[in-house]
Amino acid sequence: MDTRDIVYVALFAAVVGALGVFPPLTLPLLGVPITAQTLGVMLAGSILGARRGALALLLFLVLVAAGVPILAGGRGGFGVLLGPSGGFLLSWPMAAFAIGWMVERVWGRLNFVKAVTINVIGGILLIYVCGIPWLALVAQVPWDKAFFGSLNFIPGDLIKAGIAAYVAVTVKRAYPLIQPAAVNQE
Amino acid sequence: MTFALYIARDTPLHRIPPAAKLLALVVAGIGVFLIPDPLWLLPLLAAIAVLFVVAQVPLGATARQLKPVAFLLVIIFLAHGAFTSWTLGVLVVLRFLLLLMMALLVSFTTRVSDMIETIETVLRPLANIGLNPAKVSLALSLALRFIPILAEMTHEIREAQRARGLDRNIIAIAVPLLVRTLRLANTLTEAIEARGWDPDPPARIRR
Repeated sequence: MDTRDIVYVALFAAVVGALGVFPPLTLPLLGVPITAQTLGVMLAGSILGARRGALALLLFLVLVAAGVPILAGGRGGFGVLLGPSGGFLLSWPMAAFAIGWMVERVWGRLNFVKAVTINVIGGILLIYVCGIPWLALVAQVPWDKAFFGSLNFIPGDLIKAGIAAYVAVTVKRAYPLIQPAAVNQE
Repeated sequence: MTFALYIARDTPLHRIPPAAKLLALVVAGIGVFLIPDPLWLLPLLAAIAVLFVVAQVPLGATARQLKPVAFLLVIIFLAHGAFTSWTLGVLVVLRFLLLLMMALLVSFTTRVSDMIETIETVLRPLANIGLNPAKVSLALSLALRFIPILAEMTHEIREAQRARGLDRNIIAIAVPLLVRTLRLANTLTEAIEARGWDPDPPARIRR
């Protein structure tokens, strides 16, 4: 971790926060309002890579725990992390790591389809695998009910995976960061 | 737009050191899950409510934080009523409410800077396994400093895209936001390094 890495990590934590502070954006064509925060998780992984992406989200969670209201809707504090949806939130650093790890593997050949696939695996599947058992255990809701209840958010998440993939591929063209040459500049 | 839950007042709760509050929160958080009877949780909830009054927390601030969770709690309660038992539903929802209120009370009465200082103190022993406290501090303070700036930047970009009819298009906002952020990161890195910031000062130099 050199200075540049630390700055990337800090600024991406701030980006995820900035995405949450803003009122939910509406999608083009569909008109579905979504909060952009999990978009930030996918983008942190696919733009910064595994290590820096995970650290950015970890830093974000530390700030939330410290009482900075940067979760969607201006929420924050320890309580949110321990609440029923805490598992979803705590899985974000892992999700960013997984996405970053996969993106690093296909970096030279990264395209929209690969990026979407990676976002679905790391940014949806993994998050639900952590979030649903937490919901079931902590809220003592039957497992199948927790599972089917969470499925309601899948369509929105799929759209976000697509947007994040498109944005990641576009940003890669403008500002490739994961390439070894760019990482080891100094 | 404020970027802290902290509410500046001068009450006994505000004066308790943050470490003590966090420790109390951890202990109480575990305790809440050890109480099996909802009837025991009600007086606790009343006690927390009294503490909110003592800490002079405005009702609106509490409501704003609880509203999004309230929806989820209602769903959990109904799910319990339908599939397990109403008593369990009451217990689970009361537990969450207690936990949330206690954590909120800590957030409302503790400055973010004090909280971060406490977190840094707690993390200090981890220096032995390679976690550099100076780097953690830099990351924390940079992120805190740049959240409002990036929120402002997002707003600016949205305004600019409005002129093109794209202010509701998330892609048209995310791409410039990220490119500007990455560019900002470069400038920032150069500025930090130009000022001679060094997280690993030579061990031999002692004052």
